[in-house]
Amino acid sequence: MSSDVYDVIVVGGGNAALCAALEARRRARRVLLLERAPVHMRGGNTRHTRNIRCAHAADAPYTTGEYSEEEFLEDLHKVGGGVANPEFARLAIRASRDAPGWMSAHGVRWQPPLAGTLQLGRTNRFFLGGGKALVNAYYDTAARMGIDVRYEACVVDLIVEDGRAQAVVVRNGDSQERVRGHAVVVAAGGFEANLEWLARYWGAAAENFIVRGTPYNDGTVLAALLGKGAMPVGDARGFHAIAVDARAPRYDGGIATRLDAIPFGITVNRLGRRFYDEGEDLWPKRYAIWGRLIAEQPGQIAYCLVDSKTIDRFLPPMYPPLRAGSLAELAAAAGLEPDPVVRTVEEFNRAAAGNAAIRSEVLDGVGTRGLTPPKSNWALPVDRPPFFALPLRPGITFTYMGVAIDETTRVLDKTGRPFANLYAAGEIMSGNILSAGYLGGFGLTIGTVFGRLAGQEAVKHARA
Amino acid sequence: MPGRDAFQEAARQLTICNACRYCEGYCAVFPAMELRRAFTTGDIAFLAHLCHDCRACHYACMYTPPHEFAVNIPQALSTVRVATYARYSWPPVLARLFHDRLLTAAVTAGAVALVTALTWLFAGPARLFAAHRGPGAFYEVIAYWAMLIPGLTAGVYAMAVWLAGGARFWREIGEPTQPLTTAIFAAAAGEALILRWLRGGGPGCPYPRAHASGARRLLHGLVFYGFASALASTTLAAVYQDLLHRIPPYPVTSAPVVLGSLGGVAMIAGSAGLISLKLAGDREPAEARSVALDYAFLILLGLASLTGMLTLVLRDTRAMGMLLAVHLGVVAALFVTAPYGKFVHAVYRYLALVKNRAEQRPAAPPAAPHDTF
Repeated sequence: MSSDVYDVIVVGGGNAALCAALEARRRARRVLLLERAPVHMRGGNTRHTRNIRCAHAADAPYTTGEYSEEEFLEDLHKVGGGVANPEFARLAIRASRDAPGWMSAHGVRWQPPLAGTLQLGRTNRFFLGGGKALVNAYYDTAARMGIDVRYEACVVDLIVEDGRAQAVVVRNGDSQERVRGHAVVVAAGGFEANLEWLARYWGAAAENFIVRGTPYNDGTVLAALLGKGAMPVGDARGFHAIAVDARAPRYDGGIATRLDAIPFGITVNRLGRRFYDEGEDLWPKRYAIWGRLIAEQPGQIAYCLVDSKTIDRFLPPMYPPLRAGSLAELAAAAGLEPDPVVRTVEEFNRAAAGNAAIRSEVLDGVGTRGLTPPKSNWALPVDRPPFFALPLRPGITFTYMGVAIDETTRVLDKTGRPFANLYAAGEIMSGNILSAGYLGGFGLTIGTVFGRLAGQEAVKHARA
Repeated sequence: MPGRDAFQEAARQLTICNACRYCEGYCAVFPAMELRRAFTTGDIAFLAHLCHDCRACHYACMYTPPHEFAVNIPQALSTVRVATYARYSWPPVLARLFHDRLLTAAVTAGAVALVTALTWLFAGPARLFAAHRGPGAFYEVIAYWAMLIPGLTAGVYAMAVWLAGGARFWREIGEPTQPLTTAIFAAAAGEALILRWLRGGGPGCPYPRAHASGARRLLHGLVFYGFASALASTTLAAVYQDLLHRIPPYPVTSAPVVLGSLGGVAMIAGSAGLISLKLAGDREPAEARSVALDYAFLILLGLASLTGMLTLVLRDTRAMGMLLAVHLGVVAALFVTAPYGKFVHAVYRYLALVKNRAEQRPAAPPAAPHDTF
C-alpha cells in the first residue's frame, strides 16, 4: 500500500478525466490519473470522437455562423428522450462557450477550412486529426504540467468511509494496491463494452451487438460506485447505437465501420421484410435510431439493399458491399431466402414507381405510395443491376445509465446526499443531462464542461 | 508488376481512411482521396507522391497496429513511392540496384577513385599536389573540358531520365480533366517552394517523433535552397567564364563564390540536420528501403557540399588538387544516382501537386462528412 496521499485522483483516461486532471493540477500539487488501457489504447471513447458542440457567436473561428445557447437548448430538447435535468443542460451549454479557448490553451488544434473543399460546421468545432490527436495533446500537456499518469491501472474498487472516498483499489496485473487521495474524480465511462451486463437487459441479443469504441469501458468503476450506494440515473437499457457493418470487429471499429447507405435504398431484416421508414427524416437526425431498430430485429441483423443508381451516393464503406446481377442472387449471397427479398423489393418498386430523381440533402418528398412501412423521402425503385447489399448490425457507442450528481459534480447516494469528496464527470454522469437520444459532439461538451468543473471542485479538498 | 503488393496494401488502407476521413485537415492527400471511391494503380501512385511523409496522420490514427485494421499510411505510401522509382525510371533495373545502400556507397567510392586516378594519371603528382593560384588554377589540375563534358553528359542523362519518368508517371496517374493553366503550375510550385504540406496541418509535422515541430520543414528548405543557390552559382560561373571571359577562381566576394558558399553551408547544415533527425526518428511509420534511400541521398549531398566548401577554403594550398578531384567524384556519383535515388522525388512530387491543384480547383463538393462519431 502506498503511503503517499494524492490531492486528487482521477479515475479514467478519456476527455473528461484529462480535463479534470488538467484543471486540478492548476491548484493542486499531486494529481494522479489512472488510465486502465495501455498507452496505444489510451483515451477511452474520446479516441474515436471528432468534434465538440459549443455555443458561439457568429464570428467564432473554425465554425460558420452563430450557434446561440437558446438554439443549443432547443436542439437538446428535440432529441429522443429529451433533457433529464434542464439545469445541468443549461450549465453545460453556458460553459461550452469557454471550452474551445481552454482546449486550445491545453494543446488542442483545430481543423482549418481547406482550399474550398472542406466546409466548416456551424454547431460543432472539429479537432485537427480527430479525438486521438486531442487525447495525445492532453497527455502531452499533462506530462508537461507534472501530472502523474499510470497506464494499465485498472481501478476495481473504491474505499468509502462515512461518506468520504479514502482511496481507490488499483489492479495492475496480478497485484493490487490502495492509492489514497483527498478527493477522487470518477470519469471512467459507461458499460457498453460489457456484453454480459448488456445481456441483463437485452438477453441473448447482446451477443450480436458490436461495440464501436474501446473494449475497456466495461463498467467496473460504475458497478463499484453503485455498490457503494451511489444513486443510479438514466435508463439501464438505454444506449446510443447506430448501424455499422456486420463485418466490423467486435470492439473498437470506430467511425470507419459506420454505414450511411440507409436513406439510399431499402433495409430488410433476416426474413427479407422491411421494418422502418428509411426516409423518415434527414440522415444526421436519424442515423442514431438505426442501432436500436436493428437490435430489435431477429438475429440483430439487417441488410441495406441499393442498386447501381445510388451505390455511389453515400460515403464509401470500408468493407466492399455484396454484389450480384439479380436480387435473387444478391439475397443468396447475403444468406437470405431469395423469394421474400424479391417480393419485398418488387412491392417497394411498385409503390415507388415513377420516382426518378432524389435530393438527399433535403426532405424531397419523393416517397412511396400505399406501402407499410412507407419510405417518406428519397424512394427510388431498386431496379438497376448490379445490386448491392450491406449487412448491418447494431453498433453501440455508449450507455446512458450512470450515477447522479449535484451541481458541483459530487456523486449522490441513494438518499440524495452527496459523498463529500467523490466527483463524477463524462459519460458516467451523462444520464443526468440526457436520458436518451443524442446530439453529435455533445459527449465532448459534457466531458469537457463537467470534467473541468469536477477538477476545480475536487482540488478544494487538497491539503496545502 | 514489381511492387504490386505495395499498391494493394495502400489501397486497402486508404479504403479504411476514406470511410473515416478524420485526417482531412492535415495535408493534401486526404482531400484528394475523398474525391475517389476506389483506387486504381494510378490513384495510389498519385496519392503516394502527394504524401510528404509528415506522419501527422499516423499519430492521430486509431487504427495503427496493433489494431487489427493495421493502418500505417506513411509507411504504406513510402513503400509505394520506392516501388515507383523503379517503375518509372529507365532502366528500372538501375533503380532497383540503387535501392541498395551498399551499391550507392560503392558507386560513390568508385566515382571518387576514378576521378582521382584519372587526375593523377593526366596531371601527375607534381601538379596534383602543387599549390595553384591565379586564373585557371583549377584547370591546372583538371582540364576544363574534362570537367565540362562528363558533367554535361551526366546532367543531360539525369534530366532525360527524369523527364521520361515524369512523363510515365503523369500518364499513369491520369491527366486531370480540368484544363492545366499557368496559374495551376504556379500554385503547385508555390506549394512546393514553401513545403505547404510539411506543416502537419499547421503546427508542424510530428518528426522525428510524436511532437509537432518545424525542424524538418526548415532543414529541407536549407537543403533545397542551398542546392538552388549552388546551382545558381555554377550557372553564373559559366556565364562569367564563357560570356564575360573571366577565368576562375573568382574572388571570395564575387557572386558565384558568395552564392556557392551560402548554398554549400546551407546544404551541409540541412543534410546534417536531416540525418540527425532521421537517426532519432520513429521507426514505426517509416519504411526501411525508403529510409535507406534518404540516407544515401543526404550523405551524397552533404559530402558534395562539404568537399566543395573545403575546395574553396583550401584553394590556395597544396590540398586543392586532391580536394577538387574528390569533390568532382562525389558530384559525379550524385549525378549518376540522381535519376534512381531519392533525388527523383522532386519530379513526381511536383507533378502530383500540379494534378492535385487541377482537380481540387473547381472546389468539387465533397460527400457530406460524418458530423460525429
